[in-house]
Amino acid sequence: MSNFFKETDIDTSQAEAIVTETLKNCDDGELYLENHKSESIVLDDNKIKSSTYNSDQGYGFRAVTGEVVAYSHSNDISKESLRKSSDNLKDTLKSKKGTYNHEIPKTNSKYYENINPIESKTFDSKIDLLKSVNNYLRSKGSIVNQVTANFLGEHKSIEIIRSDNQILKDDRPLVRFNVSVVLEKDGKKETGVYGVGGRQSYDDYLKDGSWKDVCDEAFRIANVNLESKPAPAGEMKVVLGPGWPAILIHEAIGHGLEGDFNRKKTSAFHSLMGQQVASEGVTIVDDGTLHQRRGSLTIDDEGTPTENTVLIENGILKNYMQDRLNARLMGTKSTGSGRRESYKHVVLPRMRNTMMLSGKYSQDEMISSVDKGIFAVSFGGGQVDITSGKFVFNCTEAYEINNGKIGSPIKGATLIGDGPSILKEVSLVGNDMKLDPGIGTCGKAGQGVPVGVAQPSILINKMTVGGTKL
Amino acid sequence: MIRDQEFLKDIASYCIENSKKLGATDVGVKVIHSVSENVSFRNKKLDESNRADSFAVNLTTYIEKKKSSINSSDLSKSNLEKLIERCIDATKITPSDENNSLPDKDLMSKEIRDLNLYDETHYPNDKKIEFLKKVEETASTDEKIVNTEAGFTENKNNFILANSNGFLGGYKTSNFSSSCVAVSKINGAMERDYEFGSTRFLEDMMEPEEIGKIAADKAIKKLGPKKIKSERIGVIFDKRISKGILSTLASAISASAIARGTSFLKDQINSEVFPNSINIIDDPKIEKGLGSQNFDSEGVETNSLKLVENGILKNYLIDTYYGKKLNLKSNGRSGGTTNLYFENGTLSFKDLLNSEKKFLYITETIGHGGNIITGDYSVGASGFMVEDGELTYPVSEITIAGNFKEMFKNITLANDLEMKYSTNAPTLLIDQMTVAGK
Repeated sequence: MSNFFKETDIDTSQAEAIVTETLKNCDDGELYLENHKSESIVLDDNKIKSSTYNSDQGYGFRAVTGEVVAYSHSNDISKESLRKSSDNLKDTLKSKKGTYNHEIPKTNSKYYENINPIESKTFDSKIDLLKSVNNYLRSKGSIVNQVTANFLGEHKSIEIIRSDNQILKDDRPLVRFNVSVVLEKDGKKETGVYGVGGRQSYDDYLKDGSWKDVCDEAFRIANVNLESKPAPAGEMKVVLGPGWPAILIHEAIGHGLEGDFNRKKTSAFHSLMGQQVASEGVTIVDDGTLHQRRGSLTIDDEGTPTENTVLIENGILKNYMQDRLNARLMGTKSTGSGRRESYKHVVLPRMRNTMMLSGKYSQDEMISSVDKGIFAVSFGGGQVDITSGKFVFNCTEAYEINNGKIGSPIKGATLIGDGPSILKEVSLVGNDMKLDPGIGTCGKAGQGVPVGVAQPSILINKMTVGGTKL
Repeated sequence: MIRDQEFLKDIASYCIENSKKLGATDVGVKVIHSVSENVSFRNKKLDESNRADSFAVNLTTYIEKKKSSINSSDLSKSNLEKLIERCIDATKITPSDENNSLPDKDLMSKEIRDLNLYDETHYPNDKKIEFLKKVEETASTDEKIVNTEAGFTENKNNFILANSNGFLGGYKTSNFSSSCVAVSKINGAMERDYEFGSTRFLEDMMEPEEIGKIAADKAIKKLGPKKIKSERIGVIFDKRISKGILSTLASAISASAIARGTSFLKDQINSEVFPNSINIIDDPKIEKGLGSQNFDSEGVETNSLKLVENGILKNYLIDTYYGKKLNLKSNGRSGGTTNLYFENGTLSFKDLLNSEKKFLYITETIGHGGNIITGDYSVGASGFMVEDGELTYPVSEITIAGNFKEMFKNITLANDLEMKYSTNAPTLLIDQMTVAGK
């Protein structure tokens, strides 16, 4: 039984009948129903700047035949609306000769609890904590120019009704707690940002005063940047710290290994399956099964259980990330990577938690091997052109390395590289793999989905650093 | 089809009345309905068709100086009743802020002018498909083009904005947009480029053949790029990206960034920020304009504003809340700029390219490397080398970097402004930036 038709003029079996009738002779498709509650509370400039509660519900009806996807969505869950969508789909797919693929793996695993983080912490206590954050950071002295802190909590319930009356369900909590601080010293201003989150309740991340660690980290980054000097410009050696800098992996090779771009042959990786694309010590996986991680999913948005997909093993390209459509067209199986931002969006193959696994070197060994280069510890965001393979990411905390020693902090700069060749430039892989703190959102085709990344420290032989100092 | 004003007004009034009944002293509400139809093609075959029918209500309730908001897509009164209650409960326990209020009554928009923003023409999917076939046929003429994608989207919107001070206004808008992405290939290496058009009226849409041809030509020209040596050089921004300079300016002069002290242009009002030949205008009342509006997102009347006059920063972008913090009245920029543009420069495109022996001409940037607080800028880039006025070879895998304060002061504009987007700039030169390459 579905939970979505309770206060509507349609019941589960009527909806199932519409789904089955609409998807006749289609290769795939489903009715995806979603109820999404979210809350955002923002403290800024010493005040509670906003408190917003969002309640969104709707369906997305998809019919797939061959390579063609017809999609219709609405927030009106009613007989008339579903009928109209059904007509729209049938009208688009006039000639269809498909055979519906009923096969969908089952799972008993769950990677998070069904809790509603919005309700499991009172509004008052969230406001109080934001005020404490503000007071705590401002007590660090007049150097603190601006403090912004926010809670972002959500609970999403989804149901997938397939043509054979199967109903697949998932309930997904997600939270994020973020702190940003601006410091001012001698007329110079710099920002530090830090946050934590995942698929648990807020208190799992903030208990025992651990919110202070988040504040301290944001403050530390801003403080480092106050002392920063112009970044160098040109090609040099780059040591990346563990954890969040793995957005390099996400941008440089992750997107290029998504099934759709490879089926369409628009990815720079589309002809490299089975080939050496990275140095021998490099193994990269995309794992949807890590407990309570931001990028984890019990089932993906097509109902496929997620898995730990090996993308690159000891430097060899092993797998792409697949949703059902691209898997079918490429003659393989879904890796549980079919995701959508909401019922308003079509499914695309996407990353979950993308991780480079540990090697055997220490970070010290890497730094001491560099004559001239930079050591990058923290990043803002990144972007990639999957066709040319060129990707960028922006440092928010970095240092120069001179003669094997860490030197002065340098200003934020963009690093640019070439996806298919960058991993061959990775000469040392560290023994210190770390997950990111749970803050990543990945954008593709206008859709944002929560993701995670992880990596150990790595040494890259040659990358272009986009500073101002020649 | 798109719901009428009466339907939306009824919901807006319901929200205001119920919020007041439960104790709200002020209320602001927006109710929106939009219908969107999209068809996309890939390699001359139908790839995806997508129909969207969406409602949204955004409600903000005030109890004196306390404020809270809810958003919902479910317009049923039973749902709204529950949400209004939740909103009022949250408002009661949210700390008050002396700057929270509805806009001053005398600033509100009094009449709605027909700015020609709605074309009721429906372009059926069959027609969209015909259009896209032509786009792709033209795009794939050259054998170096190995992949094409094209899309056509039709959007119809209607909204009502209302508040408890008696303001109520709204109107329909429409948008038609079409795009083409072409992938070119030579010696195993691929490049991608695109073209797109966006208009309020169907009749103003570019010809499909033009969209396809531009996308393909651009993708082919990019083939076989070189990475250049790091150097200081004059950088010319193609029109597709020169408008980004204006978006940066808009972020830096928003009242929020100024009031919070987080803008590199703080305290620069009435100072020279650009060369004295430069004028920057934000005009909401352009007929058929993609950024045109009668009033801003709070219902405040918006009029044309000279943001920069003869190089001097003249106005911030002000909403009610941050206006109060700055002791300034809202100038109808809650929600940002409208149709923002540089007034044309004097040099022709050709003369600009010839004004020095050598330039870097950038057609695309990637990454989000602009810092509004410090003004520091560093992004990935690709484009062409210009030697003696001619584009000589494509360039990629480089970065360009500088600081906006200096970059702004070293801008020279060409005279080829086109109103193609809501933010528009002519081709422009920034004299001396740092390019990092080999």
